[in-house]
Amino acid sequence: MRSRIPVILLACGSFNPITNMHMRLFELARDHMHQTGRYQVVEGIMSPVSDKYGKKGLVSARHRVAMARLALETSDWIRVDPWESQQDTWTETVKVLRHHYNEALRAFQSKEFMRNKHLTESSTEDTLSCQQPVLPELKLLCGADFLQTFKTPNLWKEEDIKEIVEKFGLVCISRAGSDPSQFIQESELLSEFQHNIFLVREWVQNEVSATRIRSALCRGLSVKYLVPDAVIAYIAQHGVYTAESERSNQGRLLQPL
Amino acid sequence: PDRKTEVVLLACGSFNPITNMHLRLFELARDYLHETGKYKVIKGIISPVGDAYRKKGLISANHRVAMAKLATEDSDWVEVDDWESCQSEWLETLKVLRYHHQKLLSADVTNSLQDAVPITKLGRKRKQEPNRHEPIKKKNQSPVVKSVPQVKLLCGSDMLESFGIPNLWKLEDITEIVEKHGLVCISRAGTNAQKFIYESDVLWRHKNNIHLVEEWITNDISSTKIRRALRRGQSIRYLVPEAVRAYIEGQRLYGPDSEDRNAGLLLAPLQRHGS
Repeated sequence: MRSRIPVILLACGSFNPITNMHMRLFELARDHMHQTGRYQVVEGIMSPVSDKYGKKGLVSARHRVAMARLALETSDWIRVDPWESQQDTWTETVKVLRHHYNEALRAFQSKEFMRNKHLTESSTEDTLSCQQPVLPELKLLCGADFLQTFKTPNLWKEEDIKEIVEKFGLVCISRAGSDPSQFIQESELLSEFQHNIFLVREWVQNEVSATRIRSALCRGLSVKYLVPDAVIAYIAQHGVYTAESERSNQGRLLQPL
Repeated sequence: PDRKTEVVLLACGSFNPITNMHLRLFELARDYLHETGKYKVIKGIISPVGDAYRKKGLISANHRVAMAKLATEDSDWVEVDDWESCQSEWLETLKVLRYHHQKLLSADVTNSLQDAVPITKLGRKRKQEPNRHEPIKKKNQSPVVKSVPQVKLLCGSDMLESFGIPNLWKLEDITEIVEKHGLVCISRAGTNAQKFIYESDVLWRHKNNIHLVEEWITNDISSTKIRRALRRGQSIRYLVPEAVRAYIEGQRLYGPDSEDRNAGLLLAPLQRHGS
């Protein structure tokens, strides 16, 4: 029996703040990849964007990483990686993918090295029946709205999109009722690599956007059960979201543009 | 002066299982009522329906109550009441409202008795108007004229619209619910709740006692879909409280067998009102 391909899911975004919906994306994606029968999801990585991205209302990466950490405390497979947020400049998504892929490869190779070392030392009958280890794949996890941004002029470089869908792959979660497959068909580039674009349908009608969360917080409204309690407590304790924080970067152009 | 009407929000339903959406209803309702400046929400009550309701897929009340309790463990104002679920026969929602209203009034009288100088008249029929007797002197000596706390039925627009299903509700029950108690109905922006009220004479007459709250952050987590996901081995993390998810897993609830419970049986209210 062919062994499953190990997959790491990487989600890039503002996570401003992290919400239950962000974490749902991972759960849905993992279920979907497992149900294809071909993949084994081994890890989920959340990569908050750096402050240099310049998005309106973006609070300090320090807070966004801390909140994500708190939210993911109860998860045994998803973690936050602050690498992207710690870079001096804004980093193209494709570079983040490359970085994490190289890290995964390195971990894989050192694990293989240790495994082979153990095998040659013990040399039992079992070594003959051992399967060839499969290289892990890293896929970009995103919502359908992210996919649509490929259309925005000057936001993406054509060769970056190609590398993302060809070398890595996309796992794209869409809301009940929306269907990105047409968008994919209309793009020559995307339809060429549609075998590496996994479309997952969210079966819960869920529009928990971070923007609306911030809006509710500024109005003193409750966001309990939309955002983990530990994150709500952190926001209150540090006064993270205020009318002032919402105005940051106002009028500035997004870094990639 | 703090002359807000005290409100208790009562949510009746299957809670099969309880989800984050159910819990959100309370938060949304409380925020809304507070923003009117006229109400102070003092408590939220989750009242899971009894097994005698005979809804398809309804698992034992023991589990449903246990899960609701786990879900509200860290809430400082929402609690679970199992009185309804302990009844051997199905109870109309109005009866549950009356029970909790009565309980509230008795508690109110007890509190008043402890503080009052002079003693208030017991057995006096309390209406929905401020007490007309002497201001009760509380321990902190400030004179307070308190209006009677109200118990309002908290629901989603699906329950409101279920008023239209033949034989599910008695007209006199609906009337008393909206007239004597009140409804707080949470719906997604753009649903038909307003239209439904407009098209019903009873609801229209008491529309001032029906509070429609729009939910802008859509979070439609149906218990039916949760059960389906569980049967298919899909994750329900972040849709229900973690303690509830762990309980379901540990107790192995919601398999194909549990979904077949009560299959073919008539729902209790339909049976009772249909005959």
